[in-house]
Amino acid sequence: MNRRVFVPCDAGAIAVGADRVAAAIADAAARAALDVEIVRTGSRGAYWLEPLVEVATPNGRFGYGPVKPQDVPGMVACGFLDGGRHARALGKTESLPWLKRQTRLTFARCGTTNPLSLDDYCAHGGGKGLARALALGSHEILKEVARSGLRGRGGAGFPTGIKWNTAAEAKGDLKYVVCNADEGDSGTFADRMLMEGDPFLLIEGMTIAALAIGASNGVIYCRSEYPHAIATINAALAKARDANLLGKRIADSPHDFDIELIAGAGSYVCGEETALLESVEGKRGQVRAKPPLPAHAGLFAKPTVVNNVLTFAAAAWVLAEGADEYRGLGYGRSRGTMPIQLAGNLRYPGLFETPFGMTLGELIDEVGGGTASGRPLRAVQAGGPLGAYFPRALFDTPYDYEAFTEKDGLIGHGGLVAFDDTVDMAKQARFAMEFCALESCGKCTPCRIGSVRGVEVIDRIVKGENREMNATLLKELCETLKWGSLCALGGFTPFPVMSALTHFPEDFGLARQPAEV
Amino acid sequence: MAMALVCDIEVDLGTPRRRSEQQVTLTIDGRRVTVPAGTSILRAAGELGTQIPKLCSTDSLEAFGSCRLCLVEIEGRPGTPASCHTPVAEGMIVRTQTDRLARLRRGVMELYISDHPLDCLTCAANGDCELQDMAGAVGLRDVRYGYTGENHLSDRKDESNPYFTYDPAKCIVCSRCVRACDEVQGTLALTIAGRGFGSRVNASAGETFLDSECVSCGACVQACPTATLIEKSVIEIGQPERSVVTTCAYCGVGCSFKAELRGDTVVRMVPHKDGKANHGHSCVKGRFAWGYATHRERILKPMIREKIEDPWREVSWDEAIGRVASDFKRIQAQYGPRAIGGITSSRCTDEETFLVQKLVRAGFGNNNVDTCARVCHSPTGYGLKTTFGTSAGTQDFDSVEHADVIVVMGANPTDGHPVFASRMKKRLREGAKLIVIDPRRIDLVRTPHVEAAYHLPLRPGTNVAMLTALAHVIVTEGLVNEEFVRSRCDLAAFEEWAAFVREPKNSPEAMADVTGVPAEAIRGAARLYATGGNAAFYYGLGITEHSQGSTAVIALANLAMATGNIGRPGVGINPLRGQNNVQGSCDMGSFPHELSGYRHISDAATRALFETDWGVGLDVEPGLRISNMLDASIAGRFKGLYVQGEDIAQSDPDTQHVIDGLKAMECVVVQDLFLCETAHYAHVFLPGSTFLEKDGTFINAERRIQRVRKVMEPRNGFADWEITLAIAKAMGYPMRYDHPSQIMDEIARLTPTFSGVSFDRIDELGSIQWPCNEKAPEGTPVMHMNGFVRGLGNFVVTEYIPTDERTGPRFPLLLTTGRILSQYNVGAQTRRTQNVVWHEEDRLEIHPHDAEQRGIQTGDWVRLQSRAGATSLRALVTDRVAPGVVYTTFHHPTTQANVVTTDYADWATSCPEYKVTAVQVAPSNGPTDWQRQYQAESAATQRIAAPLAAAE
Repeated sequence: MNRRVFVPCDAGAIAVGADRVAAAIADAAARAALDVEIVRTGSRGAYWLEPLVEVATPNGRFGYGPVKPQDVPGMVACGFLDGGRHARALGKTESLPWLKRQTRLTFARCGTTNPLSLDDYCAHGGGKGLARALALGSHEILKEVARSGLRGRGGAGFPTGIKWNTAAEAKGDLKYVVCNADEGDSGTFADRMLMEGDPFLLIEGMTIAALAIGASNGVIYCRSEYPHAIATINAALAKARDANLLGKRIADSPHDFDIELIAGAGSYVCGEETALLESVEGKRGQVRAKPPLPAHAGLFAKPTVVNNVLTFAAAAWVLAEGADEYRGLGYGRSRGTMPIQLAGNLRYPGLFETPFGMTLGELIDEVGGGTASGRPLRAVQAGGPLGAYFPRALFDTPYDYEAFTEKDGLIGHGGLVAFDDTVDMAKQARFAMEFCALESCGKCTPCRIGSVRGVEVIDRIVKGENREMNATLLKELCETLKWGSLCALGGFTPFPVMSALTHFPEDFGLARQPAEV
Repeated sequence: MAMALVCDIEVDLGTPRRRSEQQVTLTIDGRRVTVPAGTSILRAAGELGTQIPKLCSTDSLEAFGSCRLCLVEIEGRPGTPASCHTPVAEGMIVRTQTDRLARLRRGVMELYISDHPLDCLTCAANGDCELQDMAGAVGLRDVRYGYTGENHLSDRKDESNPYFTYDPAKCIVCSRCVRACDEVQGTLALTIAGRGFGSRVNASAGETFLDSECVSCGACVQACPTATLIEKSVIEIGQPERSVVTTCAYCGVGCSFKAELRGDTVVRMVPHKDGKANHGHSCVKGRFAWGYATHRERILKPMIREKIEDPWREVSWDEAIGRVASDFKRIQAQYGPRAIGGITSSRCTDEETFLVQKLVRAGFGNNNVDTCARVCHSPTGYGLKTTFGTSAGTQDFDSVEHADVIVVMGANPTDGHPVFASRMKKRLREGAKLIVIDPRRIDLVRTPHVEAAYHLPLRPGTNVAMLTALAHVIVTEGLVNEEFVRSRCDLAAFEEWAAFVREPKNSPEAMADVTGVPAEAIRGAARLYATGGNAAFYYGLGITEHSQGSTAVIALANLAMATGNIGRPGVGINPLRGQNNVQGSCDMGSFPHELSGYRHISDAATRALFETDWGVGLDVEPGLRISNMLDASIAGRFKGLYVQGEDIAQSDPDTQHVIDGLKAMECVVVQDLFLCETAHYAHVFLPGSTFLEKDGTFINAERRIQRVRKVMEPRNGFADWEITLAIAKAMGYPMRYDHPSQIMDEIARLTPTFSGVSFDRIDELGSIQWPCNEKAPEGTPVMHMNGFVRGLGNFVVTEYIPTDERTGPRFPLLLTTGRILSQYNVGAQTRRTQNVVWHEEDRLEIHPHDAEQRGIQTGDWVRLQSRAGATSLRALVTDRVAPGVVYTTFHHPTTQANVVTTDYADWATSCPEYKVTAVQVAPSNGPTDWQRQYQAESAATQRIAAPLAAAE
């Protein structure tokens, strides 16, 4: 009897031994002369359980994890191929509370299918969005995306419908759809997981965008630090071309569209959309002044939609299942779901997709399970290295763009990084400035010089040199950075710095003061 | 009125002008302003006189948004957008001064100054530094960051460029230099290397400025807001205190410059923003290479000698002028009135040129006057007059902005006409298509963001074959613009021409063997020219300096008429004229057969006009051309020559013939800045003045009359026009002018195409393109708009006749010549500047295939031999030239490239065939015997006797 075993090929799983576990299973099966088919899938996102091995049984898929290669013989002996009991057994995967609590739209397939099998993709609902989009046509696609309330998942939260509409209305002999897969925020991995676990969804989403705006060319700009994602996407692009989903007259429609993957060169700021476009053009990764907006004059000065991986993926879902389904979920003006990435000092780190609206406390304490170290949790940085640090006092903040902005924070790309009480928040503030200095493209003055001076001023504060004056200077510098910078790198660096200074002044040797704006 | 121009103050509105039908009204600080849509808020504020602080923006460059000083607040919009890259919108309400904005600007400035030396008092830019100005404007009072943090204060200077320094310690990384190199010059030599705080201006890939691709045009220096990039002359002398707007005396582009001075010392030449030819851009020559004016080799005292073997003797002006007059009068008495003549200079002003031809015609009583245009663009005059009716280019330079297809033939604009080339490259970067027809792969064929759609590397001497083949494609493939031809041209002439070009012998296939260019490429280029939108020809001496030079110009005109590419912006026939005033010298009646405005001397009415005005009778017979004067001299019939500012012994073909002619004369008078090659054979040397030392006008390649304004007193004592006046007086034909403006008034009085021109009018309009008269009171930017000057356009059959100068077993290679960016013509000026760092000697370019056959490597001495003579120079092996073709420049007298050129010439105008000489190239040990002998002779004839007082 043929048995199907699922082992993730996700880079995060491979990093903790998934390849070796897969080899061990194959080896053990051969030894026992068992007919085992090992299917490599994406990750379910429960990283504390990786490598998470699953086996198909008549009663559904059963999970085992985290599995080490040396566990495999014992598991075979315990009959894990039939869902047998073992110390690593987790029961029915779908029933895991951590997965059950989620609303997986974007990541519905991720972790369950062979990422490079178009048959798997279609068998599990893939392709529906594109089919509907082809039937609807540009005008209706734009209406559908606008009605869904989908906002850009890269960080800025700009309404996707408006962006696509602008590019659709812009005149151009050539238009581009560009996917920002330069996922550089510390503690984020959703783009990578999706590209490695469900690449056709991204292709489908980009194709829908192309149909909406009338683009013939697409680019996926992926950071070079994601070799597995790059390989997977490239393989998927080739398969999509073979299946006539890319190229001339795609899916027997009158439309031409193809996608090229371009790897970055290790610059964080190239995740900023205009610097990304410069980089794709082969230039120095330097931020452009806006206007013109990319939707008017983007890649090679042609109308261009630049969206994050998750945005395109969500758009494909919106087209497949309908805008109303999507907008029915969420909180306030944040509609639909967000794949939240829990990282740092947490017991249950991983990707958790849920409609907007859970509180930060629920996400950290319940979903994340509190600190991995067991020490008291002190701060959570939300939204990547340029996001604000939230103290426990703000854990009642609902996960929502506007609510976070109100607390001088940001959702960004959905990353949450937890710190326990051993963290030195002055050091974290200094790190934010240092990060900005390291990654600044050097174009605008506040970011280029201000970040370096920021490090120096924080050092002086910590050393106790003219502390009050320097604290004032740091606040004014943050104001200059926030309002004066050309892009979000300099503009958002004040979030971590000011939140650390405001919520944790004692780490800087300063007295706690009533909060000020 | 004139003062306004002389002392104008240039306002920087921050971002370029936008042109739009749509006007937008907004409110800035409570005041309403209306500007074209697309204008930046920064510029709109500037129009109101509101100066929003800025550092990275300047109105010659697109907005960049890096300094973050020009932030503003806009009602209803979040944040503080930068006004430089935020366009105006209808009804927008903008505030440029609020407490928050003041705080932010001060915050930015505090950061700048935290990484900037505090040496303002000793800084070369003190008083002319935008950083300093802005620190004042935003009210920076304290730098709380201190000066102990990370900084660039000890970064090393790059002083490699002879004219400017790069001091990274003072750099604020505004990228203005980088953008000027990209957007204005189009060389893309500069970049910002590194990132973040480590971002630094970099020339090429981390090279010194001198070693990099930088062409030293000065645009970066001009754009720099601080002392980071600054002229060495400013470092040495200090800030200028006054400026005079004048016109460059190098090439035919005619760039307008501000000569900036301290006292009467020129501190620097800065391209003038309002210059209509250059719009604020410059090249290494005009911008920097003016030091020859004070070079120690400049001759400042008149000199005479009995024989050319004698050393020169310095004498008084009276004695020198007296000698000229007595010798000329004696010669005319002895050999007849036509035994003397004069040569006008395309380097001198219109007024000076006019005076020399007047001296010859009215004072000498003959028409023996010629000019150096003879050896460059005389076929242009002939060809365009024959077809269109006027001896000049049809467009203004701005026309290129409307061109969709640009054909460059026999010209090398990036070297020869660099400032115009930059504008052409800008248009090409915007997407215009390029066709290059040239034996050599000039830089334009492939340069950053520009690549020719077609490069047709034709064999030298086959221009007419090529152009007729292009015409064949246009006629046989039905690409003729019939409506244009029918309404604007002589139909009978067209039919005859069309029948001729249609002949199979003129097909690209038939001509492929002749031109050496595959037929398909010729067909493609012809189709592109005929169907690609506005198509414009730009050409140079590679068209004219041939035995069929005039025919080729006619062929260009035929193509333009057949495709309707004439008579509007973006099209036309554009000769790129070589010398600053070659157009003017031709316009002024420098040719032996023509009076000013191209009117034939045999025309009685015209002659009568001049005779009345000048009070003398004029010779009816056209006089001698330069080459005829030399022939006549060797034949013993021509004995005296007045040469103003031209070096025929170096610039004219077949040097030995020129020398023989000069040596056979009894009185050669040379008026020049230096002891040029021609002066070796002179009996009287009259020191000339530079363009900085006189008033007058130059006319550039687009017929633009521009003022030359005196910035300093002539170091030699007199402006050139005053010297000609002195000769005229001594010859017994006194002419009375107190100022060159009076000479222009006379030109206007006697020349219908100039009747509306005067110095006052030029000052008022900035410049004037002739024709300027009652019909066109403000001049004529584009000609032949509603009809050709001659009436109907005239097609002329252009039969290809191969030159007699052919390759054979003895001379298997074809030599062609050209010039290089840093040097100018015979090099008399540029060789006396630091431009020599870029070009120390002429080199012979030879294809690797031909070099290998001869065992020649780059740097080897080679002997270049033709039927006329031989010279030696060093080789440069390169595939820029095709196999069978060799190329050299003619900037250095030691090379004497013209020793090898022959005396073949254009059939119509005698313009020499410089561009085709059959030669052989062989390895050699160094200079030829001829060169050694010439150098010895030249040293001997340059001796100047010590003043008597000192000798005693």
